[in-house]
Amino acid sequence: MSDQPILEVKELTKAFGGILALNGVNFHLNEGEILGIIGPNGSGKTTIVNCITGFIRATSGKIFFRGKDITGKAAHKIADMGVTRTFQIMRPYYSLPAYKNLVIPLFSPRAKRTGGWRGGGKLGDRNTVGIDILEEIGFERDSRVPYKMASTLPTGYLKRLELARCLALKPDIILCDEVFSGLSASEIASMVPLIERLQMDGVTLIMIEHRLRELFRVADRIMVLNFGEKVTEGTSDEVMANEKVKEAYFGSEDIEEIMTYA
Amino acid sequence: MGWQELSYLTLPRLVLIMGMLALPLVMPGMYWPRVITIVCIYALLALSFDFLAHFVGLVSLGGAFFIGVGGYLSAIFNTSFGIPPLISIPMATVAGAIICTVLLLPCLPLRGVYFAIVTLMYPLALARVIEATDILGGTDGIMGIDSFPNAWIEQYFVIILVLLFLFGIRRLVNTDVGLVIRAVKDNDQAVRASGMNVNFYKAGAVFIASAMGCMGGACLVHIYMWGGISLFALDFSILPIAATVIGGSGTLVGPVLGCLILVPISELLRDFGTLRIVFYALLLVGFVVFRSEGLMAYGERKYHQVERWVKV
Amino acid sequence: MDILIYGTINSIMLALMALGFALVYGTSRIPNFAHGAIYVLCGFVTWAFVRGLNLNYFIGIALALALTGLLGALMYRFVLIRVRGMNISEIIASYAIGLAILEGLRWGGFRGSTYTLPVFVEGSIIIGDIPVDYQRILVVVIGVLLVAFLWLFTHYTRIGLALRGMAQDERAALMLGIDSDTMALVAMAMGSMLAGLAAILILPLGNIVVEKGYDVLIQAIAVCIVGGLGSWMGAVLAAFLIGFAQILTTVYLGSHFQMVVALLAIIITLILKPSGLFGQQKELEERV
Repeated sequence: MSDQPILEVKELTKAFGGILALNGVNFHLNEGEILGIIGPNGSGKTTIVNCITGFIRATSGKIFFRGKDITGKAAHKIADMGVTRTFQIMRPYYSLPAYKNLVIPLFSPRAKRTGGWRGGGKLGDRNTVGIDILEEIGFERDSRVPYKMASTLPTGYLKRLELARCLALKPDIILCDEVFSGLSASEIASMVPLIERLQMDGVTLIMIEHRLRELFRVADRIMVLNFGEKVTEGTSDEVMANEKVKEAYFGSEDIEEIMTYA
Repeated sequence: MGWQELSYLTLPRLVLIMGMLALPLVMPGMYWPRVITIVCIYALLALSFDFLAHFVGLVSLGGAFFIGVGGYLSAIFNTSFGIPPLISIPMATVAGAIICTVLLLPCLPLRGVYFAIVTLMYPLALARVIEATDILGGTDGIMGIDSFPNAWIEQYFVIILVLLFLFGIRRLVNTDVGLVIRAVKDNDQAVRASGMNVNFYKAGAVFIASAMGCMGGACLVHIYMWGGISLFALDFSILPIAATVIGGSGTLVGPVLGCLILVPISELLRDFGTLRIVFYALLLVGFVVFRSEGLMAYGERKYHQVERWVKV
Repeated sequence: MDILIYGTINSIMLALMALGFALVYGTSRIPNFAHGAIYVLCGFVTWAFVRGLNLNYFIGIALALALTGLLGALMYRFVLIRVRGMNISEIIASYAIGLAILEGLRWGGFRGSTYTLPVFVEGSIIIGDIPVDYQRILVVVIGVLLVAFLWLFTHYTRIGLALRGMAQDERAALMLGIDSDTMALVAMAMGSMLAGLAAILILPLGNIVVEKGYDVLIQAIAVCIVGGLGSWMGAVLAAFLIGFAQILTTVYLGSHFQMVVALLAIIITLILKPSGLFGQQKELEERV
């Protein structure tokens, strides 16, 4: 592992017409860590993901992945380099069975090159690889679950499916956009080991979350955004002791959770 | 599987294949076999429209574009280079598909309406250019094109083409690659996020669709032994759409069925001039507006409800 | 010099043709592929009133415009409203109606060059060294006035503002109590009348031919795409760009290439800057 951060974001700015969604955001991501990004609604968290992964073109600023400038590149090229994402509003292929959802990303050039998650450089039969990945993320192989239509799966499974689609590419980075949202406390509790395993397998993660308690269990560092600007960053303790962070959340529905850290 | 189940599943397909192969044998005289051949040309166009519209999400308002490009290319290969029809047709198909796909590339990253606009305009513009510059035979067209070696080859060539493409596309959309193409239609952001170039897959689908259309056009000039501006006629644009909507979009067999119905009617209405286009257009509007599922889908539903009328 | 004059005239004519299409698409996002058909139909209807029934010219025009507006409204109310939101079906439906109208007119005997509308004012004046007919000047003047009127209409009247609101953000407009279907109906009616108005102004300069229906449709679409959907400035500028380009090709290459110019303009725009000159739809694909 080199000393250079795996991802560097410099002065990232995005304006939608007259609205400044991001205003000069600077941060870096170290390889192998889990960075949590928090902030009240509308602070620009999803916009950061969209800009980094190429779904939206930044107004100004630069993004570097392993030292290479990826600002403005096409979304599929960025994913091909290993920077993947989940979607806050989930987008599984609803009319297909769960394992077929994975067969599609296994057609990508990156999957062919890397062999998918456990491929070790060679891609086997896509259907089999799909089932293998599903098993790893918690779909019981011998049950009928991997074969069920995605439209019939509950949220917990769908969130895992979103992650699995990233795994099919053997990613370097996964930007998780609210993977914990919509899940019950016990469902999140069972997702946490999965996240930790991914980190142990060498994936670097950015997690955007509202569920702070659970996020703080896994994240190594936290960054706080408000109104498109970085408020502060540091460990969860440092960040929660920061008065400006409490001010930022004042008036939002997460305020109660924040206040427990007073 | 008992013979009853087996026949239940395969019977419709067998009927279709046998029926189409038998058509040239049962049709009397000189006139009707020609109509069957024209039905098949239109069927190729209708298949290409249905494939693009239903599985890729692109509406092609200009079947005439493919017919014209394929037709002119085969005419040129044949008359200027002396290449026999059975070779110039495949050549025109591939070359035409490449040309059409390249010309349509700019609209692929954009919303479907742009594809519709551009496919609408190309045949109109190309027809004007040929008329104005008098190239490629101008308004008189290219004459003296060789026909097929004999009438039987002429008819069976196109019929077999239709059957091949029909079953070929049906298989394609059910393979995993077909899934990717359909995913591009329903959820292209997810496909993009998986590191796949959406436009590449769309271009591939357009290539296949234009190949079908160009092949139809190439066959057509050898059937008529003449190729002119009428290759860009509106009939080729509107009839496949009408056939697809009436026959049932998405079933792939429906468009073929639709052609079997509409083309003979069109021939009968030929005396009424362009009224036949009005007829298709209004029929089309009727089906689209009242959201009819099309005859084929209706038929499939009834067929699968067979328990109702057979004691099991 | 004559290029300047004819270029301007052509550009205003293109802008007139495009107005109706732009209004309908901007408001309801329905691409009205029957636009050209409505244009030609209004011309023929006016002809029928004026030459066939010998009505007073201006009464004939008023009646024809009213009927055209009614046709647009009926088209929306009975056909397009049922396929609203289903992109593929919208396109097919409006295309089919347009085709039915145009080919129906062709079948009904409206062929050849014998159908003309009289000009409003006979004669011409000399500008520079060029004789320019009054009719053409009238087209320019009315064209400019019309654009100005429409701008005022959409910025200062209730209905106009509602149309603009829908054009900007349909959901927000719905939340403010603006009924999307009523507005789309109004837009279709107005758009059709604008097409008819363009026909009445421009057709006297030539004859009424069914082919013009397709030409007008292509040119209207070209202006809207090059200018960028949703932008007045863009549409006007695009009209001038394409208008002058067409005149230049006519002078140097011959008059058959006008449609090709329009098509090229569309393709080049789609390659270089798909949202058009001043397009307000920055992302032409879905928002994430």
